Amino acid sequence: MIKSKLYLYFHFTVKRSEVECLIRLFYSVVGKTDGKSGNTGLDHNKFRGILHNIFGMTDDTLMDRVFSAFDKDNDNSINVKEWVKGLSVFLRGTFEEKLKFCFEVYYLNGDGYISREEIFNMLKNSLYQQSSEEENYEGVKELVEIALKKMDYDNDGKVSFADFEKAVREDRLLLEVFGPCLPTAQVYYKCQKLNLMRELFLCMCVYKISGDQTQGSYILGKH
Amino acid sequence: MGVALTRSAQWTAAGYGTGTLEITPLNEEILKEIIVFVEHFIYKYPQEAKFVFVEPLEWNTDLKPSAFQSGYFFSETTVESQEVDKNGQPLLFLSVPKIKVRSFGQLACLLSIAKDTKLKEAQACIEGNRDPVVKILGSEFGEMKEDSIALNILNKIKADDDHENEIKMKIAILLKELDLHLLNHTLKYISLQISLNPVTVKKDIELLQSFSGKGEKTVLESIEYTSDYEFSNGCRAPPWRQIHGEMCYVLVKPHDVEVLCITCSTEGVFLNGGKTDDEGDIDYERKSEVYKDLVTLLKEKSAIFSENMSKQEFTFNEEQKNPIEEKQIKEKEAVSGKVITSSDRPKKNEISFVKTHMAKRLEPSLNWRTKVDFKIHKSSAKDSQEEKHGRLEKTRPSLSHGKTVDKTEETISESSSESEEDEGQPDHRQEANADLPSEYWQIQKLVKYLKGGNQTATVIALCSMKDFNLAQETCQLAIRDVGGLEVLINLLDTDEVKCKIGSLKILKEISHNPQIRRNIVDLGGLPIMVSILDSSYKSLKCLAAETIANVAKFKRARRAVRQHGGINKLVALLDCAQNSTEPAQSSLYETRDVEVARCGALALWSCSKSHSNKEAIRKAGGIPLLAQLLKTSHENMLIPVVGTLQECASEENYRAAIKAEKIIENLVKNLNSENEQLQEHCAMAIYQCAEDEETRDLVRLHGGLKPLANLLNNTKNKELLAAVTGAIWKCSISKENVIKFREYKAIETLVGLLTDQPEEVLVNVVGALGECCQEHENRVIVRRCGGIQPLVNLLVGINHALLVNVTKAVGACAVEPESMAIIDRLDGVRLLWSLLKNPHPDVKASAAWALCPCIENAKDAGEMVRSFVGGLELVVNLLKSDNKEVLASVCAAITNIAKDQENLAVITDHGVVPLLSKLANTNNDKLRRHLAEAVSRCCMWGRNRVAFGEHRAVAPLVRYLKSNDTNVHRATAQALYQLSEDADNCITMHENGAVKLLLDMVGSPDQELQEAAAGCISNIRRLALATEKARYS
Repeated sequence: MIKSKLYLYFHFTVKRSEVECLIRLFYSVVGKTDGKSGNTGLDHNKFRGILHNIFGMTDDTLMDRVFSAFDKDNDNSINVKEWVKGLSVFLRGTFEEKLKFCFEVYYLNGDGYISREEIFNMLKNSLYQQSSEEENYEGVKELVEIALKKMDYDNDGKVSFADFEKAVREDRLLLEVFGPCLPTAQVYYKCQKLNLMRELFLCMCVYKISGDQTQGSYILGKH
Repeated sequence: MGVALTRSAQWTAAGYGTGTLEITPLNEEILKEIIVFVEHFIYKYPQEAKFVFVEPLEWNTDLKPSAFQSGYFFSETTVESQEVDKNGQPLLFLSVPKIKVRSFGQLACLLSIAKDTKLKEAQACIEGNRDPVVKILGSEFGEMKEDSIALNILNKIKADDDHENEIKMKIAILLKELDLHLLNHTLKYISLQISLNPVTVKKDIELLQSFSGKGEKTVLESIEYTSDYEFSNGCRAPPWRQIHGEMCYVLVKPHDVEVLCITCSTEGVFLNGGKTDDEGDIDYERKSEVYKDLVTLLKEKSAIFSENMSKQEFTFNEEQKNPIEEKQIKEKEAVSGKVITSSDRPKKNEISFVKTHMAKRLEPSLNWRTKVDFKIHKSSAKDSQEEKHGRLEKTRPSLSHGKTVDKTEETISESSSESEEDEGQPDHRQEANADLPSEYWQIQKLVKYLKGGNQTATVIALCSMKDFNLAQETCQLAIRDVGGLEVLINLLDTDEVKCKIGSLKILKEISHNPQIRRNIVDLGGLPIMVSILDSSYKSLKCLAAETIANVAKFKRARRAVRQHGGINKLVALLDCAQNSTEPAQSSLYETRDVEVARCGALALWSCSKSHSNKEAIRKAGGIPLLAQLLKTSHENMLIPVVGTLQECASEENYRAAIKAEKIIENLVKNLNSENEQLQEHCAMAIYQCAEDEETRDLVRLHGGLKPLANLLNNTKNKELLAAVTGAIWKCSISKENVIKFREYKAIETLVGLLTDQPEEVLVNVVGALGECCQEHENRVIVRRCGGIQPLVNLLVGINHALLVNVTKAVGACAVEPESMAIIDRLDGVRLLWSLLKNPHPDVKASAAWALCPCIENAKDAGEMVRSFVGGLELVVNLLKSDNKEVLASVCAAITNIAKDQENLAVITDHGVVPLLSKLANTNNDKLRRHLAEAVSRCCMWGRNRVAFGEHRAVAPLVRYLKSNDTNVHRATAQALYQLSEDADNCITMHENGAVKLLLDMVGSPDQELQEAAAGCISNIRRLALATEKARYS
């Protein structure tokens, strides 16, 4: 019943069978605790594990943000609806959907803008080889200015969704401008080519069974 | 003298004990200097020359007592000089083999006596007297410390103020000077001997590279390494050769000699055996003497190199010599100071000399570079302008070769189109302290983020960099100068797709700059980009292909693409466009397949400018794919595709394939396009392919002639016009096409294009008219439109391709007597005649052909020909040419000239008969035919018949009858008929079996041939009858 209701939400390119598969995946990861659906959900850590091992993300802050972006109802766990909706954007999303998703990941305080401070936070670990703390700080600050100069079209010192959209439309490379929050190109490519769901399922099973953090991504990579 | 001698003695292997000087060039130098010193001593210091040594210099000499003459008392085994000292002792005493000398004067005399063995004597003298200073001046001078010499001398002077001591002191000082001189001299010598190292060699080669390329100003055509791989020690030779001290091998193509394969080793540079085969193996064997550096070797081998080099060097020397000399002087001073003050530490000094000289040796070339850069800096504006016109220039050579051009010439013109971009374009780096634009600093900051940032920072920096005006040279060079190129290329080697995309987007833009292109190749960017062509992301493939398209604008880059398998991969990209129904992808990593194919075609277009790449494209199966792509209707796809085809159509293989793949149809279709560039390339491709008759017919059948004729009206775009007229020229070789062109009124338009057009257009227009005028109606049209006047005017040009075509056109017009009258009035015949002096054989031949109808159709032709002073002699002398086409044409001209009896008499006087006879032994049917005609004409005068026989022209002529060409048969039979009037010739003919051959000819359907053959036989027969009659009566 849930299934039939669920797949109406999602993007039309996601086939019904794929939705079913995603749901099955969800339960296999969460572990079917009881018949009551809706209450069960992925917690922070499990979700992070998946992001890390299967989608190749590494940045902790960003993974947290992705979690929040998935977690629409802010209950600190991702239920099956959020899971399917999120993943369908992740894997089959159109450009516009991804654009929106990324923007959601990047703005935190909910005012609809990405502020200078937020950018700084996201970029603060983006430089290496800086000799001193001081230098690093200055470097990042300058980088933030460069990014703002590039994206802040209305010169209000923050990036609105309109700014963001305009910049990204001009140069697609800017979609994940403040850090990777979508599956990496490699994963994405595999998903285009292969039977995505089967792959994912396999990976998750391995991930779950072995508990080995690296195994999942390894298998996906191998295909 | 002392110090220098001890120094030189120390270098010899023998050492002190045995006391022999090794025969090394260095020692020789020293000895020579000493000899010069002694020889001049007597003139410079006559007083001091008389000074008697404290002890005699003693050694064993090879001189015979008999060698001594006046001024000496000599017996069989002894010689004494008449000059004696205060005590009556002779200053020179020889008692074979020992000799004792006690003054510089006698030493000088001795050396002059020794003549050729001077060097040997000097050597023996030095060997025999390890410390000559002591012997000459006494031990107090030799033993004392250098720094105390002045003091000592001073004391001496104080002590006894006599004359002798004064002289002694002077000699001491002179010897000191000699010593210093010797030291400096050896120093100079040593500095020359310093062995080469990889850095110097690399510098030299880079320098020469920057001065190589096409054109007269450059020193070389090209210079390149045989191997791209450089070992960490800077050598490029394989390790097993490095053991022998070899560092690298270079292929040098000077302007005037063949490619030289040169080995650079630590001992010097020399020619090796060259490349043995295509595998790139080198015959390491030394094939020449060893030169001290590349420049010296090349100066020796190539005259043009040394000439151009001296021009370059002049400016360089002007500036460089002075500081160096100054420095040397300074150093000398320093050296002399050290020697005087510390003679006990000479060894250490020596080492430091060598070092400073090493540094000095390197310096000049470095400075030269900056100097040159500066020079080029000024002309960079000109350079970029040239680059702009590069396209026009490029088309010129391929357009200009005429119909008669053979394969070899084609390859020449091809290779010239290859190097359309000068490899040797020099770098111009930003001067460190010049006013740097603000972009420079901003870009430097961004590059810093590229270097030190993670993926996110890198992407931001890349996107931000793209916001600069990358088409602007300042930005392009700024990226390079702050080290951005290396980083960008390194990014291509990572796994980060986004970084790769960003980096390629920038590289694609900045690689429009020729300098950047070279830098990219130097940094090894091409192999990486070629490997990206395999990537699974289409947008990456696209960007890589587009960048390659920009970079592969010069030869070395194109070769690199091929060598790394790029051609196959690029051809594979073309394959993508088959299923054009796929949806447009919105992802970052995907793009449309058509786009991929377009980029692939773009890169192939760039690559297709070199011969081997054309071949590689064909082998990779590129032609069917290109043919497939040609069916699309996207202009931006068609241009690179047609461009590639047009480049490749210079190859025979391609022309066949183009015909087979039905490409002509699509080329014709695209002539109707709106895009002028596309039209131009299509016309060019047709021009290239229309050498083939079937292709010409195809063009007509697909209706290509009408659009071509229409395009003639677009006279603004000269490149298009050149291509279109070229296509018309080649198409008009077929008669049916000419008829069509007449229908389309193209001939009138062509006549209109005879004035005020660039040469490349004119060549084609005139070529087309030349073909059209083969027909009567068209000749009339040309005359009516007033085309003859401009044609005759063009006869004074200098472009040889144009002249070949103009002469042909004028010749074609001259067939019409009315036109001929006009040509005659315009003095066209004289102009044609003077073209016989043109250095180019094609022009000569074409002019001679054109003269034939002129002489034939002119009124009073004989008078006209005679009016050209020296003209007949000129024609006869052309028979000495070694070009078959020239010979055939001149024979034809002579045939026409000889129709006039008076002229025939004149050319006979100029010796036409022996010259024609000499040509008789040829296998070329064209020459045979015209030669036989000329012979038969020339027989009409005086005893020329007999003369031909005497010059043994008859027997070879008989053999012509065995040829397969009826034209040859006819002409030969006529010649033989004329010759057979002479009895001796008949005998020769009979001996050579002419009768049987002629009998066959009598059966020929050709009436003239029949008649001539029969006439000849009857002459032979009559002679036979007459002899028989004579015998029996």
